[in-house]
Amino acid sequence: MQELYGSHWILAALLVIPLIGALAAFAAGEANAKRVALAVGIIEFVVSVPLFWTFDAAAVCQQSGLVGPGQIGSLPVPFQNCGDVAWMPDWGIHYRVGLDGISLFMVLLTTLLLPLMVLGSWTYIQQRQRLYYSMLLALTTGVVGVFVALDLFLFYVFWEMVLIPMYFLIGIWGGKERIYAAVKFFLYTAFGSLLMLVAILYLFFQVRALVGTPTFSYFDFIRLPLTGTQQGWLFLAFALAFAVKVPMFPFHTWLPAAHVQAPTAGSVVLAGVLLKMGTYGFLRFALPLFPHAATARTTVTIAMVLGLIGIIYAAMVAAVQPNAKRLVAYTSVAHLGFVVLGIFAFNLQGIQGALLVMIGHGLSTPMLFFLLGMLYERRHSYEVGDFGGLAASMPLFATMLVFAAMASIGLPGTSGFVSEFLVLLGTFQSNPFVALIATAGVIFAAYYMLPMVQRTIFNRLDRRENHAIADLNSREMAILVPLVILILWIGVYPRPFLDRMEPAATALVEGLQNTRLAPDPARVANVGVPPMPELP
Amino acid sequence: MLQHTTEAVGAHGTFHPFLLGWIVLLPLLGFLINGVLALMWWRRGPAPAGPEPSEQEAHAHGGDAHPGVEEQHPAPLDKPWTRTLPSLVAPGVVLAAFAIALVNFWGMLGAELHEPVIERYWSWMPVGSLQVDAALQLDQLSMLMTLIITGVGALIHVFSVGYMREDPGYPRYMAYLNLFIFFMLVLVLGASYPVMFVGWEGVGLCSYLLIGFWFKEQANADAGKKAFIVNRIGDAGFLIAMMLMFANLGTLSFSEVFAAAPGGLAYGGVVVTAVCLFLFLGAAGKSAQIPLYIWLPDAMAGPTPVSALIHAATMVTAGVYLVVRSSVLFTMAPTASLVVALIGALTAIFAATIGLKQWDIKKVLAYSTVSQLGFMFAAVGMGAYVAGVFHLMTHAFFKACLFLGSGAVIYAMHHALHATHNPADAQDMRNMGGLKRYLPVTFATMGIATLAIAGVPPFAGFFSKDEIIGAAWLGAGGTSPMAQATLLGIPGTAVMGFIGGTLTIAALLTAFYMGRMMLYTFFGPNRTGAEEERHLHEAGPTMTVPLVALATLSAVGGFLNVEHEVPIVGWFDFGQGAALHHWLHPVIAGSEEVVRANLGELMEPHHAWWPIVLAIVIGVGGLLLARALLNPDALRPAGVEPDYTSAPERVLYNKYWIDELYHALVVRPVNVVSQVFYRVFDRGIIDGIVDGGARMLQGIGLYTGTRVQTGQTNTYAFVIIIGVLVVLGAFTL
Amino acid sequence: MIAQTLPANAGLYLSAILFAIGVAGVMIRRNAIILFMCIELMLNAANLAFVWFSPFAGVQGQVFVFFVIAVAAAEAAVGLAIILAVFRHKETVNINEFSLLRF
Repeated sequence: MQELYGSHWILAALLVIPLIGALAAFAAGEANAKRVALAVGIIEFVVSVPLFWTFDAAAVCQQSGLVGPGQIGSLPVPFQNCGDVAWMPDWGIHYRVGLDGISLFMVLLTTLLLPLMVLGSWTYIQQRQRLYYSMLLALTTGVVGVFVALDLFLFYVFWEMVLIPMYFLIGIWGGKERIYAAVKFFLYTAFGSLLMLVAILYLFFQVRALVGTPTFSYFDFIRLPLTGTQQGWLFLAFALAFAVKVPMFPFHTWLPAAHVQAPTAGSVVLAGVLLKMGTYGFLRFALPLFPHAATARTTVTIAMVLGLIGIIYAAMVAAVQPNAKRLVAYTSVAHLGFVVLGIFAFNLQGIQGALLVMIGHGLSTPMLFFLLGMLYERRHSYEVGDFGGLAASMPLFATMLVFAAMASIGLPGTSGFVSEFLVLLGTFQSNPFVALIATAGVIFAAYYMLPMVQRTIFNRLDRRENHAIADLNSREMAILVPLVILILWIGVYPRPFLDRMEPAATALVEGLQNTRLAPDPARVANVGVPPMPELP
Repeated sequence: MLQHTTEAVGAHGTFHPFLLGWIVLLPLLGFLINGVLALMWWRRGPAPAGPEPSEQEAHAHGGDAHPGVEEQHPAPLDKPWTRTLPSLVAPGVVLAAFAIALVNFWGMLGAELHEPVIERYWSWMPVGSLQVDAALQLDQLSMLMTLIITGVGALIHVFSVGYMREDPGYPRYMAYLNLFIFFMLVLVLGASYPVMFVGWEGVGLCSYLLIGFWFKEQANADAGKKAFIVNRIGDAGFLIAMMLMFANLGTLSFSEVFAAAPGGLAYGGVVVTAVCLFLFLGAAGKSAQIPLYIWLPDAMAGPTPVSALIHAATMVTAGVYLVVRSSVLFTMAPTASLVVALIGALTAIFAATIGLKQWDIKKVLAYSTVSQLGFMFAAVGMGAYVAGVFHLMTHAFFKACLFLGSGAVIYAMHHALHATHNPADAQDMRNMGGLKRYLPVTFATMGIATLAIAGVPPFAGFFSKDEIIGAAWLGAGGTSPMAQATLLGIPGTAVMGFIGGTLTIAALLTAFYMGRMMLYTFFGPNRTGAEEERHLHEAGPTMTVPLVALATLSAVGGFLNVEHEVPIVGWFDFGQGAALHHWLHPVIAGSEEVVRANLGELMEPHHAWWPIVLAIVIGVGGLLLARALLNPDALRPAGVEPDYTSAPERVLYNKYWIDELYHALVVRPVNVVSQVFYRVFDRGIIDGIVDGGARMLQGIGLYTGTRVQTGQTNTYAFVIIIGVLVVLGAFTL
Repeated sequence: MIAQTLPANAGLYLSAILFAIGVAGVMIRRNAIILFMCIELMLNAANLAFVWFSPFAGVQGQVFVFFVIAVAAAEAAVGLAIILAVFRHKETVNINEFSLLRF
């Protein structure tokens, strides 16, 4: 088991299973597509689960990279499950994958949500089911790919690959204004990622100019000496791509539109993992590649201010939404604001807290979207004004909604508290004033969430059509219960998660702190990788 | 998972905690059982059950019951076990926890510990230098709190069996109540600030769920929401205090913080003052102090036993517990302590004045609770930590008794009104009157509790309240550790003199409004109605037994702490002396250490005769004053009795319009700003730029496109040929 | 024999004239069927040029003519099918009415 799970085949399997599943679902026919997709989803999840236990935080594996001038050899890197297959060797493009404490949980979150999303679409999707489930599965491949890729070219391919199925999920199975939302989603994110592509190409040519060998390896890019100006512009290009995806404050308006129009599973995957691609991008690429620019006072100030605005502003905007789905969409902006604060705190509590927020938000917000989707299937509305008093007719639903809401607003005992608490502690150490304001987000969380809960499940049951509404069935409970268990687990005993992400977070923090002490651009952070070979 | 268990060595032997974890786990178990029951019960069976005559449901709304307006809703399937099982499980687990707590209490009593016993279960948040364990801590203070919570809690659970048994949400109610006990125990037993915070927010959740228990009435759901949000403002303060502590001391567990603080922080410095003020913000939220008291009176929307348990006896005293627990920090920050004391005193008198003119029996008690909590904060703010805890304890006895008594009154009133389909308000004192004839047990027990809260010797409240007011007078004389500090330039002695005067007046008002409540409820002619009168009767033993038990405690609870050297009070020393002082001494030893290190030895207090005499005069006098000034015979039922007309009465009846003020100053502006953010910024500016940019590009494309791309094949062909000719021409040239 | 009696460039002139007629037809006429015939005319003009050159340039030109004829046949089949489909839709073969590609 240990041997199998240490190999790169496991990552290859996680990438390929959904793709095969997509073809199988397409071939299976309308009636059986969802069954095939569920089977594939469960297989994918089951295959991925042992990664959690076999994960060895101290592991080191070999990746190809520059070991001498113009010489590609094998480099020890602090990852595991490393895979390295030449793809377009003339351009230094390889299929390079690997897993560390940061990506592990993102991959697991993705594979966990896949079968749940299929179950959540079981009766929701009535039209063009073959295509729908194929898209869902193809999307999973893209997302997993983003989280495991260690080759910038490969990463970019997966990054863009995610857009296409998502575009169709919103555009075909969405609500009334689905085309508008889908186009907005596509253009916003494509706009950001094109700048990143330019930056990646620039890095590629820099490396090639320096050592004469073409390479797109993450580990070669990370060791590339860059001047302060270069770092500044490149960081800006990367950060813009990621900030749109997160989404950070002024780039967030695609999110509510996309969420409101997307089908349930679309919202789930969007909130659950797609947004994390942005914050993951910061942690994996923008910070380690350009530590000098990332830790510059201006950058930190801008990031912190945007994060803060995200927390407070999005919370206030959320509070006045009559549409429950739009409300939850804005809460995502607020939560991701905490992630941004944690990342730019540049200390262990902040970064581990940010990672935990990413996981916790990936559980609680999908839960809310699932619940709203279940309501929508029954009443075809997301307007809170159409409900009221549902606790009397749907007690299970009410219980679950209260739980999800409490997890979302960070009640102790749920994942939300541990993670936000760590982020606040971390932020306070590096920037007390920011943390003070961010704490107000705790108040605003109650201010937006409770009225929604109240107007949905409390108050008078005054609409005839809400009287005979059916409570959750066992399929729906099967979706929610795993999420409940995980949320409580992280809230009560987060240690297995914290332990696994700790070495990666420590390496990141140390790399960044070294740069801050010695802002010599030639001595960039090296995540445990030998330094760049000098020119002959 | 259990890493290790500590034993503590005391002066007289070692102490092993006995099943400490189970004290906390049992109520959680009860919650799970009752919660599953509640959900199973509410699942509808195959055949839709007809609308059940929901008697208690209408009763639920107490004040504003509208029988007959109940909408139809899917009624739960009643099974034989659905009411029996919660009735056994819910009080059972709390009683069992109480029993375990008692065993531990005997053990501790014998050992005379100096150090808290800490049981670590697992490492909760190990991140870098932050190490937070899931650990419980048992010391004299948490032991006392545990006994109060499980003891009074068990009585109130038993009372609830009688009070709530007919309610359609009965198992759900019991589940919430058990969950509350669980979180409350985590709060007082937690060994670090974060673990305490778990309980802190958890009880807030239960309070929210229980206030809004009858969720169909929007006012109830609103009250729950208000409680939660106001509490969260306080919680933010708690969080900030924790951040400050971690940034400056590098730890958050009680033992380490209190060990590190005297050396790590400057006495009276900015950091420790800020920590204490932020902690107090948290305490003010939970314990309903100015300016965050507004949620507690609204919280009376919940079932009355909930008001007794959560909003009088236990949860609202968590703030006092927090201050006493952090006594080392508060002693180090005398200015912050003076703020605590001053706000406590102001809250005490402010809430007492409002209590003077309320008609709703529960509202009177709610404002009384706010006022009494103010007394406790005044005490702990002046460094009289034991006096604060003492009053916390006696208050738990007599206020729980009063609330349960009011519950019995409302129960009887409601049944009477319901039997005759009278839509009158069952909680309005104007509809009561002369109830002592129909509810003798309730009258007797509430009477004892009233004497206790008014401060009539030898009932419990006399001793605790006197100790607080006495501490203020002594502090004004310079014996308090806060006496040498200044607040905005005013010396501490002067502040404490002011506090003493304020509390004295507040005590007089307390006696007066309690007298008024008893007069209007139990004396004079009955105003419920001739027909209704016949239906008024005492409830069953599940409700009267807890009342009697609490009344007994209210009568004798004060003897637990008798200061021998105080005149008159000393007469009641039956050999036990100041037992509570002795018991709690190890807990506040750290703060005494701080005082010795920074201020040297304090002046010996000199107890004079006049404060005691004054206290007795006030207690007895307030009640007599009520009897003399108020005439229950002249009062008429709620519909007939005219509204208050004079300006002062209207100001008090409308609670100084503070709710309206907050609404205008905070709630509305936030809503307006939120709307502006959404409509102007989000939709207008940001989306305007994005959509506008897209539209502009589209426009440019359309403008040029329609002129070049005509869609006419001929045009394209023409352009191609021109192009070919140009290329050919270029080659030939 | 014929080649000896005709001027050396006669075939090329004919080809050019046919091609010009085709081009003019494509640009001027609006009837899709006639457009089609004009396109065929141009193709055949090209064929004539190929054939005319084959004595000087080798047999490849003649081979190419076969290709062109085959492609033209295929094109005619597809083109006429499209015109039919559009006709069913629009009830006309006037290409001024066809601007579906326009945004």
